[in-house]
Parts: sequence; C-alpha cells; structure tokens
Amino acid sequence: GEGCRTVPLSGHVGFDSLPDQLVNKSVNHGFCFNILCVGETGLGKSTLMDTLFNTKFEGDPASHSQPGVQLKSNTYDLQESNVNLKLTIVSTVGFGDQINKEDSYKPIVEFIDAQFEAYLQEELKIKRVLHNYHDTRIHACLYFIAPTGHSLKSLDLVTMKKLDSKVNIIPIIAKSDAISKSELTKFKIKITSELVSNGVQIYQFPTDDESVAEINGTMNAHLPFAVIGSTEELKIGNKMMKARQYPWGTVQVENEAHCDFVKLREMLIRVNMEDLREQTHTRHYELYRRCKLEEMGFKDTDPDSKPFSLQETYEAKRNEFLGELQKKEEAMRQMFVQRVKEKEAELKEAEKELHEKFDRLKKLHQDEKKKLEDKKKSLDDEVNAFKQRKTAAELLQSQAQQAGGSQTLKRDKERKK
Amino acid sequence: GPVESKTEAAMSELVPESRQKPVVPMKPLGMNANLLGYIGIDTIIEQMRKKTMKTGFDFNIMVVGQSGLGKSTLVNTLFKSQVSRKSSGWNREEKIPKTVEIKAIGHVIEEGGVKMKLTVIDTPGFGDQINNENCWEPIEKYINEQYEKFLKEEVNIARKKRIPDTRVHCCLYFISPTGHSLRPLDLEFMKHLSKVVNIIPVIAKADTMTLEEKTEFKQRVRKELEVNGIEFYPQKEFDEDLEDKTENDKIRQESMPFAVVGSDKEYQVNGKRVLGRKTPWGIIEVENLTHCEFALLRDFVIRTHLQDLKEVTHNIHYETYRAKRLNDNGGLPPMTVETEENHESNL
Repeated sequence: GEGCRTVPLSGHVGFDSLPDQLVNKSVNHGFCFNILCVGETGLGKSTLMDTLFNTKFEGDPASHSQPGVQLKSNTYDLQESNVNLKLTIVSTVGFGDQINKEDSYKPIVEFIDAQFEAYLQEELKIKRVLHNYHDTRIHACLYFIAPTGHSLKSLDLVTMKKLDSKVNIIPIIAKSDAISKSELTKFKIKITSELVSNGVQIYQFPTDDESVAEINGTMNAHLPFAVIGSTEELKIGNKMMKARQYPWGTVQVENEAHCDFVKLREMLIRVNMEDLREQTHTRHYELYRRCKLEEMGFKDTDPDSKPFSLQETYEAKRNEFLGELQKKEEAMRQMFVQRVKEKEAELKEAEKELHEKFDRLKKLHQDEKKKLEDKKKSLDDEVNAFKQRKTAAELLQSQAQQAGGSQTLKRDKERKK
Repeated sequence: GPVESKTEAAMSELVPESRQKPVVPMKPLGMNANLLGYIGIDTIIEQMRKKTMKTGFDFNIMVVGQSGLGKSTLVNTLFKSQVSRKSSGWNREEKIPKTVEIKAIGHVIEEGGVKMKLTVIDTPGFGDQINNENCWEPIEKYINEQYEKFLKEEVNIARKKRIPDTRVHCCLYFISPTGHSLRPLDLEFMKHLSKVVNIIPVIAKADTMTLEEKTEFKQRVRKELEVNGIEFYPQKEFDEDLEDKTENDKIRQESMPFAVVGSDKEYQVNGKRVLGRKTPWGIIEVENLTHCEFALLRDFVIRTHLQDLKEVTHNIHYETYRAKRLNDNGGLPPMTVETEENHESNL
C-alpha cells in the first residue's frame, strides 16, 4: 500500500480465506457472460456456438435476403458443477448481404453502445441496484473472417476498426477446413499484418500474471484462430468425437493439428473469461462513459458540486432529449391530423357533389312525374267529359224514344226532309 | 510426545477451526440448453480467485469505546500484530483529548499469499469527558466523509481503475462489563451509528464476569438493543437466503455480543504457548472458548464474514448515503473532504 508499513503476523489470523469468501459470494450470485458473433451469413456462427458450449441453441439458419443488418440475441442458463452462468449470445443477421455495405457496421456499434448506455443509466440512478443488475454488456466479440485465403475484406477492416475501442475483438477464420495448411499460415500472416497496418486493436490475452503468461503469450501468436464447428459426433477409433466427414478424410474439431478450436475454447472460456469481463468493465465501459459524459458537457474541474450536478445535468439532458422526442412526435401527430383533415375535406366535397347530383336527378324525376300526372289528369278529364257527353246523349236518346216514338220519327222525318 | 499431542487435540477441540462455508451446490435452474460434455465454465472460479489475490484486499475497522477497555489490545490480538497503538504508549505529556479524535493507521499484512491493507481507526476521547453529549458526532462525520470521498471518485469523468476504499467496514463497539445494563451513551451511539455503519458490539474485559453473569448480561444487552430498535451486524434485513438467516439467527440470538478478552502476551499452558492474561488465580487463555469468546469474534469477523462486512457497507450503507445525497440535492451540508494529513483534528 501507499506508504503503509508491512507488519509481520505472529500467528495464523485467517484472512487467507478472503478469496474463498469472495468467490463463494460470486457463486451464489451467479455469473454473466455475453458473446457477440459478427460475420457474414453462412460462416457457421451458430454452429460454432453450439460446438463451444456442447449444446444445441435454438434458432433457424438465416436467409440471405435481409434488408439490413440486424442483431439477434438469446440468453441461456447453463450450469456446470456449482457454477451458474447466464450466457447471452448475440449474432448479426444479414451482415454482408447487402449491395451497399457502408452502414453495415452501424447496427452493431449501436447495439454495443446501447448496452453500455443501459448500464450507465442504472449507475446514475438515485436508487440503484448495481449488484443485482443483469449485465448485458458484450464481453467478447468473435469476428468471423471468411476463409478466402487471400486477405481481409474491406468490410471486415472497416467494421473491426469501428469496434476495436468498444469491445474485446477475437478474430477467427471460419470454416477453416476450406483452406490448406500452408495457405492458412500465409492467410494468418496476411490478416495480422493488415490488422496492424490499419491500426486495429484486437484483444490480447493478458501476460501479466505469471501463471498464465506463457500460455497466453503463445496463444496470442496463433491469432486469428482457424476454427471449424460441428455438433455431429462420429466414431473415430474407439471414441466418439465431434467431426466433419469428407470423402477424403475426417476433420476432427478437437484435434489441434486440424484446427484451433481447442485453443479458442481454452482462451475464451477456460483461461480468460474473467479477464474479458474485467476489460469490458474497466476499459471499454469506462471509455464509453467518459466520452458520453464529456459529450454532455461535464468536466472534472468542479469537484464540489459534482455529485448532484452530474446527476441533475444528466437528468436534465435526458429530459431535454425526451422533450425533443416528444416535440417531434407532436409535430408528426399534427401533420397527420392535418393530412386527415385535408382528406376529410376532399371526401366531403365529393360527397356534396354526389348529393347535388342526386338532388338534381330527383328533381328531374319529380318534374317528369308531375308532367305525366298532369297529362294523365287532362286525359282523365277528357275521358270523363266524353263519358258525360256519352251519358247525356244516351239519356236524350232514350227520352226521345219514350216521349214519342213519333216525335222521334217526326223529327227523323223532318230531318230526312 | 504423546502428552503434547493429546493436549494439542484437546486444544483444537476447544478452538474448532472454523468451517469455511462450503461453496454450495446451486438450486437446479430450469435449463433450456442440455449440456453434453465438459465446457469449462466452472474454471471461472479459479480465474476470479487468481485475480482477487493479485489485486489484494482493503479492510477498515473502527474501534469505539471508553479508554481502558482494551480496544487496541483486542485489535492487535485479532490480527496477531501490532496494528494499533495502545494509549499507554502515548507520550505522557499529551493531554487527554478534549474531543473525540479520529486516528486512522494503515498496515499491510500478508497471509497465505493474500495481501491485505488493514486500517485501524481509533477514536480516543470517546466517552471520556464529563459531558459526553453528541460525542458520536465526530465519528458519524468521519464515516460520512469516507462515503463522500468514495462518491466523489465515483462521479469523476476519468475514474481510477480501483477507487481507494477508506469506508469503515466494521465498527467494534466496546461495552463496559458492568454486568448491569447498557449505558445511555452506549444506546445513543449505537442508535445513531447503526444506521450508517456495521456495528458489532463486544463486551470488553470479560474476564471480570463469571459464566452466569456473562450469560445474563448478554441476554439483557440483547433485549435492550432490541427494545431500542438497534440493528447490529449482521442485520436481519440483509440475510440473503435461508441458509444465511439460519446461520445469522444463531449468532444474533445466542453468540452476540461477544464477551472477549484480549492479550498480546504468551504463556506456557500444558506445554503449549498460548495468548493469555496472567492473574494470581490462573491464566485466562484468550483463544480458549471456555474462557472467553475471542475465537468466535475472530472467526466471525475475519474468517467467515469479512467479505460480507465489506459488501453490506458498499451495497447498503454507501448506497443509502449516496441516494440521500443525490435526493436532497445538497441538503446535507457540503463537506470539505479531509486529506490524509489533517486526519487528526487539532486540539
């Protein structure tokens, strides 16, 4: 310690049990590990995960026709001995499938940032429960390189460059049984030199602890790991092994002469899982936090009022942002209402026209009807008049006949004269 | 020889090696992934252990009680080294402090590859005045100042990789072995401070009480603490699971407050060198459970609950302070954080 004397102990005190006490608490609490797999469709991301964790995770193989890059996340509870692990596997979907890949890296960066943001927001809350927080920050990013045998694609370089300050990148050559041994060596050298010349910082297995310095140092030289994934078990000799069968031979996943799968598993899980978590928290997260806070205008020069000014201003900025969102939402709603009104007016106009037309037609119809009725009436009148005259004439005739047939005859005679 | 080994065996019975709480098998969870072979995720335990050994640990323990109750001796006995300076070692020309002083001294101790920076915070002058009103205030102020220091580091934009932890993890409160009851000062102190720090009450100089007196006194003290709503460590509300609760209930309801005796002198008893106090009527063996409960206190504080003391301080007491500070928006008077130099207040 700084300026602290070391004093000898005169007997056994018992604080050498401290690491156990700490570990026991962690075990009771459970652990979290989050892996992000970035790679083009068809490079065997899900198969590799299945192989690494000796299981079959849910999910269907993705198609190549995604409109943009998306991220699919699944969380699983695994248990081994007394260790409970909450494992989250995030995979890119549709990465590299678009014609224009300029923005392909964006959803990935946004996703990683979103996890940092969620943690930061929890950390800044007044009433917070950090020790019970489900940590979703990405601890390791496996970057799948296509086994072309030539060099890195520009998409790979661009993406890794954007990610290297945000996450621990472990580059791997996928489906490496497609490359011959000699080509593989050249390929690895080419990839490494391209990464270096482009200033891409990949994750270095730590060499500061003597117990792991040697193995980590050796492994660093084997990057990128050339892996093969397979969940199929074939009988080789008298053992069942994970393998891929070809007409010309069988590739054994766990045979270190065939591929680097065992190295990847060793480094990712059995040796450096805790370091990956620690680097994520103490380096990548701190960088994100610092940048975010600086962006919001905080400085370290005002120590006295900082606790609440940080809290207040962060809340204020957040409210401001939410206010902006609300305004935008309101504006959109207004516009929508306006459009609805216009459409409504249009429709009303059309309706009015229709009504008018209908009224006109109706009037026409009524006029016609009236005309017809008038005509009918006049016809009826004529008919009635005729009937009356007929009746009158008939009456006269019968009267004349009765009054004197002679009269009638006389009249008739007279008439005849 | 055979005699020695027999007494050795007898001795080990009296001071049972505290069973380290075993790494418990977890309750089975609903698994939606069937494991077919060994992956190696349980290696994280070893990875974590290695890392913590490398970083080392901090532990800050405060002792409060009237002078003469054997505080320094007890702490030195607990940690088997001279980590606390006894008041009798003071320069005779120094006056009795007019107010409570806070003296924090740090040492590095190492055992089994584990490095610990131990800070003992002494509070000379507590309860020694004629008028002791509010003599807990400087102590409460000191405790809050450490929370404030930590908070300030925590809200920095560019933060340290490891924030130095000066927060008080454990406060041993020394009760005078009067055999009657707690004194008003004891109650006042514990009432105020149990809300901000883990308090472990101990009955000092317990060699002045017989076994019956001890048992009765302990019962009365427990009752009084309960009646006054004083929650000492381990607090009931922070028991994490049933197993914790059962273990802690036993400690809360039977063992505590620990009746202790401290000593840094060794004597020969039955052919073995033991820490003890020599009296005309016999040697009181500090680590003998039939003589006093020192070993229980040591096992409790150091061998089983040390990490928990730190976690309760960090997850509960510190969070409470922080939340209050942020909520009140400066309701607490702004504190000037004391630097290492002016720790010891001027007389």
